[in-house]
Amino acid sequence: MELDVVELSRLQFAMTAMFHFLFVPLTLGLSLIVAIMETVYVMTNRPIWRQMAKFWGMLFGINFVLGVATGITMEFQFGMNWSYYSHYVGDVFGAPLAMEGLMAFFLEATFVGLFFFGWDKLSKVQHMVVAWLVALGSNFSALWILIANGWMANPVGAEFNPDTMRMEMTSFFDVLFNEVAQSKFVHTVSAGYVTASVFVLGVSALYLLQRRHENLARRSIAVAASFGLASALSVVVLGDESGYSASQTQKMKLAAIEAMWQTEPAPAPFTLVGFPDQEARETHYAIHIPWAMGLIGTRSLDTVIPGINELVADNAQKIERGIIAYDALMTIRAERDAAPAEVRATFEQHSDDLGYAFLLMRYVDDPREATPEQIAQAAEDTVPGVAPLFWAFRIMVGLGFSFIAVMLYFFYRASFKGMNFPRWSLYGAVAIIPAPWIAAELGWFVAEYGRQPWTVDGVLPTALSVSHLSVTDLLITLTGFVIFYTVLFVIEVSLMVKYIRKGPTQDVEETRKWQERHEHRLRTHDGKGPFAPGAASTPAE
Amino acid sequence: MILHELIDFEILRVIWWVLLGVLLTGFALTDGFDMGVGALLPFVARTDVERRQAINTVGPVWEGNQVWFILGGGAIFAAWPPLYAISFSGFYLAMFLVLAALILRPVAFKYRSKRDGKRWRETWDWALFIGGAVPALLFGVAVGNVLLGVPFHLTDTLMPRYDGSALGKLFGLLRPVALLAGVVSLSMLLMHGAAWLGLKADGPVADRARRFGIVAGLVAASGYALAGLWLLVGVDGFALVGEVAKDGPSNPLYNEVTRGGTWLVAYDERPWIAIAPLMGFAGIAMAIRGLRAGREVSTLLWSKLGITGIVSSVGLTMFPFILPSTVDPDSSLTVWDASSSHLTLFVMLVATVIFLPLILAYTAWVYRVLWGKVTQDDVSDNAETLY
Ligand code: HDD
Ligand code: HEM
Ligand code: HEM
Repeated sequence: MELDVVELSRLQFAMTAMFHFLFVPLTLGLSLIVAIMETVYVMTNRPIWRQMAKFWGMLFGINFVLGVATGITMEFQFGMNWSYYSHYVGDVFGAPLAMEGLMAFFLEATFVGLFFFGWDKLSKVQHMVVAWLVALGSNFSALWILIANGWMANPVGAEFNPDTMRMEMTSFFDVLFNEVAQSKFVHTVSAGYVTASVFVLGVSALYLLQRRHENLARRSIAVAASFGLASALSVVVLGDESGYSASQTQKMKLAAIEAMWQTEPAPAPFTLVGFPDQEARETHYAIHIPWAMGLIGTRSLDTVIPGINELVADNAQKIERGIIAYDALMTIRAERDAAPAEVRATFEQHSDDLGYAFLLMRYVDDPREATPEQIAQAAEDTVPGVAPLFWAFRIMVGLGFSFIAVMLYFFYRASFKGMNFPRWSLYGAVAIIPAPWIAAELGWFVAEYGRQPWTVDGVLPTALSVSHLSVTDLLITLTGFVIFYTVLFVIEVSLMVKYIRKGPTQDVEETRKWQERHEHRLRTHDGKGPFAPGAASTPAE
Repeated sequence: MILHELIDFEILRVIWWVLLGVLLTGFALTDGFDMGVGALLPFVARTDVERRQAINTVGPVWEGNQVWFILGGGAIFAAWPPLYAISFSGFYLAMFLVLAALILRPVAFKYRSKRDGKRWRETWDWALFIGGAVPALLFGVAVGNVLLGVPFHLTDTLMPRYDGSALGKLFGLLRPVALLAGVVSLSMLLMHGAAWLGLKADGPVADRARRFGIVAGLVAASGYALAGLWLLVGVDGFALVGEVAKDGPSNPLYNEVTRGGTWLVAYDERPWIAIAPLMGFAGIAMAIRGLRAGREVSTLLWSKLGITGIVSSVGLTMFPFILPSTVDPDSSLTVWDASSSHLTLFVMLVATVIFLPLILAYTAWVYRVLWGKVTQDDVSDNAETLY
């Protein structure tokens, strides 16, 4: 692959975004889990719950700052690396980004300081409210950024303005209530909750294996398993919703994920596994489940899902229409108010396909001069890489189902088996800690790579979106980010490990005293406390 | 939706120009003292306890303060998309340096006291120094360059294009006037950080900070005066030619611009704007007096006034220009041709009117909860919970 400015900009954006999203999901979920723990503390007044809130809160803090640090890059990268994009869609896309600052970042960042520094300065209830405000702030931030991101996949509520050469907002409500954004939001925050649940579960399992901090660990598992079960179900159910909204608005992405080369008679089969071959336009060794795709994608038995070949043919026609729009646009821009009414009418008629003409600019400066071969080539370019999407999607889905199984199991043992967990299951819980991150990163890969060659679907191609930079510029910053981020990552992980090793260090005396009194009381009830040291840590089998 | 027609496009543009100033000033006033404290850190605090004392004066608030910067970026994107597109990509490597420095800061605050080693802590102290001093300097340099004009032009389809190579563009920013602006901005924020430490710290840290603050204030005031003089004699201004449609489409190429004369004609045309530089000088002078006399709250307030005056004087002098172009003056961005659409400006104004007061209210509450000095005893007693 030849590295030009476009490729390097994509690489840099993908790298910094995926790095940002290493920290985001844990922040989203852990902020909520900590708030839940603190609420239990306020309701029951048991110091152990405050100790839990402080301990997980400390790990939350170590993770949180890197989310903030890498988020700063994200906020400015659109202008730095995607300046034509910023000009072309800033009128629509900038608004949710600014809303995110106003509504979300201020909330979470103002109160996160008080969360850490306010334990002695606030009343119990006040501090709990602060914890919830932090959680609310991070979840709002996900909402707004996904409204922005959802708009790139389904650009509603906007119209091209020939005078300003850009997309302009026509309805804020359409942008806000974009169905793609809504399903993305719920799916992505649920993914964050799963990530944090798996993290809390895994670290607590480690403590049980080491026979340390067992009181804290068991209670944390109870929280993580119930919260995690709900979230894992929601990720899968609402992941399906994502798939459904993709089938309505992003047909090419869906066809690529499914490696559907031909349009199949409805209801289409679902390809469970197989080896997509982009050259030959077929999937080798495919195993199909009849009807399943039609049901998932359209929720009906008779709606046809178009295959890749058919979509390419459609896109070739859209390019032809885009050229007509482009031609009219050039006349309008040259003559401005003097442009004849029929030229304006022609433009209005075809302006939805203007973006397709831009696809030709990879091959010719003026789309009107494109040859039929170039048009065919540009239509061909609208097919993203099928095999990577096909596999990334299947791994994400497979992990999604496995999280349900894991959470169900721990929820069951926690609720009905007196919090006894066999050692093998604890080893398992530790081992799957990285899995939700893998699923989430693959999810973004599916969403973003699947949208290629567009930055804004059907409106602006990626190749046109970049800034006027040199390869040198990009090599300098890319190297800088790689070195810088690697160092930060190593430091973050080492601190996480250090503080997990150390375990809870605050409120130790208080919790221990309470624990003794508490167990004494329980013992007088039934003679055997469920949390008595040793009693519960013996594996059931 | 017809609702947005309630406010004229032209008026919305002016409101958003003011709001841009409000956000940048908000950033300078709040995150400004965080950066000042970071840049002063190695000099005013020598032992580990002293350094932790200084760091913990801003410990609980720097994150919220930093959002002024982030919101500044977001609001420029939403309200002035061409400015966002052209300036950040034009200042590409300089922006990268600013980002790198700003990324160091959160990490340094949070991680510094999470390990004991002397090397570990001193490394993060220098990270805080860089995270404070480099952005403070470079923001000033950027403002200086905006006053001088930037070598970009817009193509026929409004694609931003720049002259010069990667490194050429970076070092091209370091023109003398721009460097002077950088010195003003750095010293002004150092003074602000010193005023903050005077209020929130005590003992040797506060005393040393005040001494540094006085020097920084003197440098800021004389640099600012020198820059004004330089603008008068050595820097070309820009002007719009002919009648401009103030509610016209946001296309800079529709308007004609000339270069020549001086920016300072603005003070003939709108004499009342002289209030801004006067506020700048008066604020700094009073802040310096306050630092000498050891006054606390009033010193910080005077310092805020001075910074507000200096920041707003730049905008008021350049109005209606936002980003002039040296190579193709017609491409210059002005208030009348570089904004978002009427509807977007309106929607964002509604959001701002609702949320900005809310933000100010809860921020004020947080500062009240945290009211009081951070002493060396505080940080020694709370080694676990504080930074
Ligand atoms: C689904 C969630 C999500 C996604 C897709 C993104 N972010 Fe993010 N971002 C968050 C969720 C989040 C968060 C959970 O709210 C963070 C993580 C840590 C934090 O402080 O807030 C955050 C932090 C964060 C910050 C620092 C905020 C602060 O100082 O408090 C900025 C400036 C951004 N992000 C900007 C972006 C941009 C421009 C993105 C898109 C390209 C982006 N984020 C993608
Ligand atoms: C934080 C989570 C995100 C991750 C992990 C992510 C991932 C990616 C990846 C992998 C690419 C490269 C695709 C390719 O070029 O092959 C990409 C590109 C891009 N994404 Fe995202 N993305 C995230 C969030 C967003 C958001 C929220 C937005 C918009 C608000 C966005 C806008 C873009 C843009 C502009 C590009 C560059 C152009 C392109 O290649 O499509 N991304 N992202
Ligand atoms: C059965 C399970 C799942 C299904 C059916 C599913 C479906 C989908 C689909 C169709 C998309 C693409 C949406 C688009 O392109 O706009 C997507 C994206 C994504 N997925 Fe999943 N997913 C599942 C499980 C998971 C799991 C377990 C995680 C992480 C823990 C996850 C995290 C993500 C993320 C972060 C994105 C990108 C954001 C977005 O576009 O919504 N997914 N998922």
